[in-house]
Amino acid sequence: MTITSASVQSESFGTGGQRPLPKVSAASEIFQETFALTRRLFLQLIRCPSTLLAGVLQPLIWLILFGALFANAPEGLLPGGGSYGRFLGAGVIVFTAFSAALNAGLPIMFDREFGFLNRLLVAPLRSRASIVLASVIYITLLSLIQSVAIIIVAGFLGYGWPSVSGILIVFLVLSLLIFAVTALSLSLAFSLPGHIELIAVIFVSNLPLLFTSTALAPLSFMPTWLSWLASINPLTFAIEPIRASYSNDFRFTDTVLNAPYGSLNSFSCIAVLASIALFLFIAIRPLLDRRLN
Amino acid sequence: MIELQHLSKSFAGAKQQPVSALNDLSLQVPEGVLYGILGPNGSGKTTCLRILCTLLAPDSGTVTVSGIDAISQPRQVRRLLGYVAQDVAIDKILTGRELLEFQSDLYHLPGNLRVKKISELIDLLDMGEWIDRRCGTYSGGMRRRIDLAAGLLHSPQLLVLDEPTVGLDIESRAVVWQVLRQLRDKGVTIVLSSHYLEEIDALSDQLAIFDSGSVIAQGTPSELKQELGGERVTLKVREFSDNKESARLREMLLACPGVRDVVINQSQGYSLNLLVDNQDISETVRNHLSQQNIPVFSLTQSRPSLDDVYLQATGRTLLDAELAVAGLRDPKAERKQSM
Repeated sequence: MTITSASVQSESFGTGGQRPLPKVSAASEIFQETFALTRRLFLQLIRCPSTLLAGVLQPLIWLILFGALFANAPEGLLPGGGSYGRFLGAGVIVFTAFSAALNAGLPIMFDREFGFLNRLLVAPLRSRASIVLASVIYITLLSLIQSVAIIIVAGFLGYGWPSVSGILIVFLVLSLLIFAVTALSLSLAFSLPGHIELIAVIFVSNLPLLFTSTALAPLSFMPTWLSWLASINPLTFAIEPIRASYSNDFRFTDTVLNAPYGSLNSFSCIAVLASIALFLFIAIRPLLDRRLN
Repeated sequence: MIELQHLSKSFAGAKQQPVSALNDLSLQVPEGVLYGILGPNGSGKTTCLRILCTLLAPDSGTVTVSGIDAISQPRQVRRLLGYVAQDVAIDKILTGRELLEFQSDLYHLPGNLRVKKISELIDLLDMGEWIDRRCGTYSGGMRRRIDLAAGLLHSPQLLVLDEPTVGLDIESRAVVWQVLRQLRDKGVTIVLSSHYLEEIDALSDQLAIFDSGSVIAQGTPSELKQELGGERVTLKVREFSDNKESARLREMLLACPGVRDVVINQSQGYSLNLLVDNQDISETVRNHLSQQNIPVFSLTQSRPSLDDVYLQATGRTLLDAELAVAGLRDPKAERKQSM
């Protein structure tokens, strides 16, 4: 290694300030920075594929092993008939998207800890919302990829296929859930002191939210207190429309949840999810503004 | 170019007691100079630079860069400056080239300019051999160079470097120094902090010495040294002396004509630092000691250094100041502040 003989000859050095900045629209600058931030997250994923692999394997294990647990359960045990595997499919899809979104804050937390975030914060980003936007895009795409993998495997396991319009409903519901949970996870990433605390929160909230939803069993199986919890659990509002979307004659107005406080159809479930996502994004705005501006 | 006026900043320390990092600090950096900030660890250098780079808001005071208020218009200031942080933050998964491409997108460089700038910087910092390897495999010197390159992508008017050569091998340090000098010659204003005396002395056109969050001296290195005047003589009567012996010798040497002051340097084995009037004093001191039958282990004469400037202002050497804070710093709290 020798000391470079190249010298600073370019006109662009040293006279930087006098070089007129090219006139570019805000939208194209936001696109450029968001694309770069998202691309980085995907490069990390492709080069360390263990996250992706574990993310696909874990729900498949749920589906195959947990589904097999009740393979010989009596016919007609579940409301609406059908096999347990078919019942479980929707729960696993939602749980996968939920877990992935809950982890959305981790890359940001590591960037904070390693000082990489400072590199972003010292750059003249057109909008620092790009940092949040990139995380949302990354997690949404990642969980949709995982969900498609599960839908395909579940189909081959004989648990049924959603219709084309059903797939659109699956994507709509998952996107809303992912937005809401990502907002929550990002706010934790900016407010908790370090990744150990963040992982602890993820770890502690993951399974209880699964067990207090209708992912593994219908409301009618639960004691009253648990059915109350399950009927206010946001995961339930995502699971039920997806479960319904697997039926051939899906209608938004069909009742999908007989909650203790009243019946809900797919439309109202999706509306609740959308409200939660919207509320969370509005609620974390002040925190993100404080941390990012 | 840069005007920092009456900056104060404190952080929550142990038991939520505020710890003052900057204390009514004011600093002016003219355009086109290489400006050094010298001070022991914990003297507020990093806090000051982080405020300058809009990463941190001061509790009070104003920051102006090229006439732009950095507190109310941070984005305009960010466009003008490149920042090379103390802890090199790079993404281990990306290659050096990908990191530079990523960074140039954050600075919104158009595609053709991006390619041109990156290849210029690869040549300038001699990174061609390893630029397409992943950053995770880089040595400290390579990391620092890629970081410097990232700070230069958008041709900033102002380059801010926090301890740029800490822990670097000699070759990488030489490359960094050479590039900084070339940039300065091209008109880039450079602010760099260091606790290495030689680095600041060798590189900077002007400097400020920080101590406990305040500026205690400002000027060119030669001005500051000249202000002190006189020559320095370092005397040891044995390799490791003790306080008692040194105090006795001090009294004796103060009586010697031509000796203006004597400071006992505890961290250097109780050696004696003499401030003397003229250059021929060494012999006089030597004779004076031999008349008293006192041996001389070593006796060196030198022009005043920046350390003497620091010693004069604070009553301790930089090394002493470093040692004093070494055990007091809380790395966990400092990491938190930078997150």
